[in-house]
Parts: sequence; C-alpha cells; structure tokens
Amino acid sequence: MDILYLLIPMSAVLVLVILGVFAWATYSGQFEDIEVEGRRILTSDENGVDNHQAEQAAREK
Amino acid sequence: MASLARSDAPVYSDDVIRGFALMTVVWGIVGMLVGVIIAAQLTWPELNFGIPWLSYGRLRPLHTNAVIFAFGGCALFATSYHVVQRTCQTRLFLPGLAMFTFVGWQVVIVAAAITLPLGMTQGKEYAELEWPIDLLIAVVWVAYAVVFFGTIGMRKVRHIYVANWFFGAFILAVALLHIVNSAAIPVSLTKSYSAYAGVQDAMVQWWYGHNAVGFFLTAGFLGIMYYYIPKQAERPIYSYRLSIVHFWALVFTYMWAGPHHLHYTALPDWAQSIGMIFSLVLLAPSWGGMINGIMTLSGAWHKLRDDPILKFLIVSLSFYGMSTFEGPMMSIKTVNALSHYTDWTVGHVHSGALGWVGLISMGAMYHLIPRLFGRKQMYSVKAIDLHFWIATIGIVLYIAAMWIAGVMQGLMWRAVNADGTLVYTFVESVKATFPFYVIRLLGGLLYLSGMLIMGWNTVMTVRNGKAEPVAIPLVLPAHA
Repeated sequence: MDILYLLIPMSAVLVLVILGVFAWATYSGQFEDIEVEGRRILTSDENGVDNHQAEQAAREK
Repeated sequence: MASLARSDAPVYSDDVIRGFALMTVVWGIVGMLVGVIIAAQLTWPELNFGIPWLSYGRLRPLHTNAVIFAFGGCALFATSYHVVQRTCQTRLFLPGLAMFTFVGWQVVIVAAAITLPLGMTQGKEYAELEWPIDLLIAVVWVAYAVVFFGTIGMRKVRHIYVANWFFGAFILAVALLHIVNSAAIPVSLTKSYSAYAGVQDAMVQWWYGHNAVGFFLTAGFLGIMYYYIPKQAERPIYSYRLSIVHFWALVFTYMWAGPHHLHYTALPDWAQSIGMIFSLVLLAPSWGGMINGIMTLSGAWHKLRDDPILKFLIVSLSFYGMSTFEGPMMSIKTVNALSHYTDWTVGHVHSGALGWVGLISMGAMYHLIPRLFGRKQMYSVKAIDLHFWIATIGIVLYIAAMWIAGVMQGLMWRAVNADGTLVYTFVESVKATFPFYVIRLLGGLLYLSGMLIMGWNTVMTVRNGKAEPVAIPLVLPAHA
C-alpha cells in the first residue's frame, strides 16, 4: 500500500493548509459580527442599491 | 483598488453567466436523455441494437459525465460567477479568461460526447476521459480558479460570504483530485495507462471518486444553497454562524472518507475502518447544514406553498438530508456487506443526484435565468410548479424501485442452503429485478419530462426577455 505514503501525508498537509486559512479568517476579522453578514446579501439588490452600505456611508460621513 | 474599478464600466460581467446558465438546461436534457436510454437498455438489452457506440458500457460513462460535469458543472460555473460578483460587489477578475472557461468547458463536454461512445476511456469511474481532454480540463480549471479567487481579491466588501467559501473549497479540491487521479502515461493520442497499479490505483480512484462527490456534488452545491435559498425566501439564512461551522467541519473531515468504496477488498482493513468512521462523522456537519437551510423558512412556511422555486430548493435539501443519512449507514461494513454491488447503491447515488444536485440546480436556474434576461420571473410560473411535481414523483419512483431491487439482490446473493450451496443463481436475481428496472425507467422518463418543460420555459423566457447590463453598486473607498 505504497500509495498511502502519498495520500496520507497529502491529506495531513491539506489539513494544515486548511488550519492556516482558518487562522487567517479568524484573525483578519472574517467572523466578527457575522449575523449581520448573513443579512447583507438581502439588502443589496440587483439594481445597485445597497442599503447596508448606504447606512455605513452615512455613518462615516 | 476602488479607483481602478471605476475606470472600467461599472457593470457586472454577466455574459459568461448567461452562457453557462443556458447550457445547464441544454446539457441537463442531453444527460438525462442518455440516462433514460441506458435505463431502457438495462431493462431490454436488445436496445443496444448490436451497435458498439450505442452499447451500455459506452453510454453509461457518457450519461455520468454529461449530468455531473456538463449539467452540474455548468450550473456551478454559472452560480459561482454570479454569487461571487454579487456578494463581493465587483465584476469578474479578467472577464476574458472567464469567457475562456466557458468555451473551454463546452469543448471538454463535446470532446467527451465524441470520445466516450467511440470507446476511448481510461476506465476510471467519473474520470474516464483520455489524457488530452484531461489536460484541457486542468487548464480550464486553473483559469476558473484564477477568475474566482481574483474576483475575491478585488472584493469591495470586507467579509467573504459563506457561499464563496464553499465554491472556493470546491474549486481547489477538484483541481487537486483531478491532477492526482488523472496522472497517466500516454502511449498514443487516444490511449494511456494510469500511473498507479492494482489496489493502489483503486485507492487513488476512490479517494478521487468520493471527494468528487464531496467537493463537486456537495460543497459546490452547498454554495448554491447558501445564496439562493436566502435570496428566494427573502430571509437571511437561519443561522449564519452555523453555516460557517458547517463549512469548516465539512472541509476538515471529508477528505478521509473515500475507502468506504473499497470495503472487503484488498485494501487494508484499518484503512477501510478509517473510511467508515469518517463517513459516520460526516453525518453531523451534513445534517447541521440541511437543518440550517430548511429552518431559513422558519416562521414563513407559507412561502413554500406559494413559491415553486422554493419547493425545488427546500425539497432538494430534504433529499440532501436523506442521502447524507443513507450514505454513512451504507458505509458501515455490515450494512455494506448487503448493499455493495447491488442497485441500492444506484438508488443512493440518484437520491443525491436527482434529489439534491438536480433539484437545487433547477431551483437556482429558475431564480437566475429570468434575472439574467431582465425579467422578474420565468415565462410560466405554473410550468415551474408542474416541473417540480413531475420531477419529485420521478425521483420517488426511481429510488424506491432501486431500494427494493437492491435489498432483494443482496439477500438473494447471500442466501445459502444448509449444505452451503447458493440458493439462487445470479441470473435469477437479474430476472427478479426486471419489474423494478421498468419502474426505474418510468421514474427517469418523468424526471426527463420535467427537464423538457424547463427547456421550453427557458426558451420562452429568453425570447421574451432582454439581456441588459447590471450596474455595480458604488462603494466608498473607505469601506474596501
């Protein structure tokens, strides 16, 4: 079963890579305030109006 | 970044999405038609007509390639290009390269439709295509990854929406699986031999095969689920937090489940057991995701009664739940001893393929196609409802027939007399299966009829619509 010497290390490396991406996502703030993010796709409509961002823009001004 | 985008025309790149969306419908009809033909051939083998390129062994891989990679693949390209632009609020990175992925993918499909009936095959399930086509797939796929991740890189919204995570994992995993499993030594333009031999080859094949199910047919379509269900229901996903847990749990565990395809073979016992354990673990994230999707309608269940597109999307999730429960059960070695090599497996695959992948793709296309052609909805909403019921009845007939046939075959094959001889010959089990093959064919015919209704509805929608560019919302640089 020599093939396992390829597949198992490859899967292990993959898990490390996934861990790395997960760490990036966590520390770069991807998971902050996440329930808001779930609603965001509904507030931006096809015609180019994005309520959430409009609010944000108003606040930043 | 923002100033760069503004110098371009601020519209989404939707042409490539229109192409993929329409081809999803076309290849769906073609692939399902071939499926109906081979279902008829299994019932009445005379339908081979003695013509080699019409024989079951050549048409079967044509069917699987057409429905998975042509129908499912085009649906994934269309939806991922749509979702990534809308959620990142930017146009596609390198639209020209995106158009190349469209043309390249259609060339791959046509090449498959020519070479498979001619008998050119590597003989690996779901990876039959010969090496020149494999190379083209690799090039198209790398271009796809560049376009997709390039678009993520240009995003104007800091948060990457969960659907994009699923699409991203699907794109990267399929690239890795395809390259490793398709490694082959060519001996001519149309013939090559796998770089691996014997049980090694089997292990690589099912590492590929199962993860193709996991990442192509599951992760990719979960990306569709997490965008189009909230959009169609006009409600946020039940728990966005759970959707993120779903994603990470799935990508951490899926890669290890492949050996369950090789129970009771020359594969070492411990490798089989690992495959079984990880398959059982997968039940948790799968059901978490299913419940999350269905509960999105919590408090608004009436929408399910009024909106046929939501019926497609939600019922697809219930089939996802069914097949992700059935799969882990079938991976248990003692259950597998009964189910393996029977039509139960075929029923299981089709409850996932027709129920989950098919219905969610159709639902997403019914949402997407009118919007791509400047309409609020499809030409006929009644036809969507009709399609839903015909397809659902077709699926139920198909999988119920295969369950009964499969369990019956398993029991007949293992039945022994007191003196240790077999009670039934193999051909007796084939004969006993005949009525179930007729029912399966009927189910397949219904499912194909539904797809033809969709084809008509799509033609009428496009004829009565107009493809117009959609402006990208303006974003303040401070937000980028």
